[in-house]
Amino acid sequence: MAQTQPEWPDDIFRALCDMDIRQVAYVPDAGHARLLELCGAEPTMTMVPLTTEEEGIAVLAGAWLGGRRGVLLMQSSGIGNCINMLSLTRNCEFPLLIVVTMRGQAGEANPWQVPMGRISGDVLGLAGVMVHGVDEPGRVGETVTAGGRAAFDGPAAVAVLIAQTVVGIKDFADQAE
Amino acid sequence: MRSERYPLRRRRVVESLLADRGDLLVVAGLGAPCWDVTAAGDHALTFPLWGAMGSAALIGLGLALAQPARRILVITGDGEMLMGLGGLATVAVQAPENLAIAVLDNERYGETGMQATHTAFGVDLAAVAAAAGLPVTGTVGDDAGLGAAVAELRGAQGPVFFAIKVRAEDMPLVLPPRDGVHLKNRFRRALLGEKEGV
Repeated sequence: MAQTQPEWPDDIFRALCDMDIRQVAYVPDAGHARLLELCGAEPTMTMVPLTTEEEGIAVLAGAWLGGRRGVLLMQSSGIGNCINMLSLTRNCEFPLLIVVTMRGQAGEANPWQVPMGRISGDVLGLAGVMVHGVDEPGRVGETVTAGGRAAFDGPAAVAVLIAQTVVGIKDFADQAE
Repeated sequence: MRSERYPLRRRRVVESLLADRGDLLVVAGLGAPCWDVTAAGDHALTFPLWGAMGSAALIGLGLALAQPARRILVITGDGEMLMGLGGLATVAVQAPENLAIAVLDNERYGETGMQATHTAFGVDLAAVAAAAGLPVTGTVGDDAGLGAAVAELRGAQGPVFFAIKVRAEDMPLVLPPRDGVHLKNRFRRALLGEKEGV
C-alpha cells in the first residue's frame, strides 16, 4: 500500500524560503529528514551540520552579525545541550528560530527520550525562549511563519515544538530481530 | 617547559594579529583574549564575548558564511576552544576560506586562578584542527613563528588555525562594553550600514 508523504515538512520549507532563511544549522532527526532534503536541494540555503545543537546557537548569532537569517533544526533531546549557549541569545537579543521535532511524548517507545521531552517547553521558557507548540499537521507551516515573524521582527528567541503525534512514533518493534 | 616561562607575551601577540586591521572582522573569546583584544583598541567590528564559552569559533563560522568577501579572525583562549572542540569539525565541513582562528594558548584557565587546561598535559589543539580537516594549521611559540602565523592568519586561504603558545601571566583587565545588545548593534551598523544594521 502506497503511503502518502506528509505535507507539513514542505509547508515548513516554504515558510523558511518566504522568510529568507540562508543558513540551516542542524543535528538530524528522523522527523526532519524530509525538510533537510528540501533545504539541502535549495541553492540559497547553506546546510550547516553540527556536532551538538549548542553550536547552532553560536553559528546563527554569527550569521545575524553578518546580516543573514538562519534556522536551527533539532529533536527535543537537543534542547538540553543548548542551555548555557542561550545566554548569548538573551544577552545580545539575537533573533533565533528553532524548529524542534518532539520525542518522549505519548506513545514514545524509547524511555531514554522521555526525560528531556517532558521538560523541553519548561527549560526553553526558563532560558528566555518563547515556545510555540503545534499538534496539528495542517498548522505546522503557519506556526513556523508566526515564529519566524516573532523572531526576526522582534527580535526574539522562538522555538516551534512539533508534537510527536504529528511527527510519528518510531516503533522499535518492527526493526528489532 | 612550564608556560610561565614561554617567551611570547599575549598583549604583544594580539597587537601583531590586529596591526593594520583594515576591514577585518574580529570575534574575541571570553576572558583574557577579550581583554587583550580590547587593549589593542576597542573597535565596532570586534565582537567581544563575556560568556557563551565554546562559541567563539562558531560565531566566526556563521559570520564567515554570511560575509564571504570579508576576512574573519577569531581570537580566543585554549580553555574556550577546548569547550567547543566539536566546533572545529563543524568549521572543517564548511571550510570557509575567509575564516581564521588564533588560540592564545597559555595552558591555563586565567580567569579562575590559573588552573591547568588540557593543553598543559599535551593536548595539541592544532593537531585536532588538522585532524578535523582544516587545511592550514600550526603551533608557534617564538617571534619567528609568530610572524609566520600572523601572515597565514591574516592572508592564507583558510580555514586557518594556529595555537600560539603564550606566557601564563596575569595582565591588567581592559574591559570592552558589557552590553550585548550594544555590541551586536554597533557591529551590524559598522558592517551593514545604518539602514540594515538595526
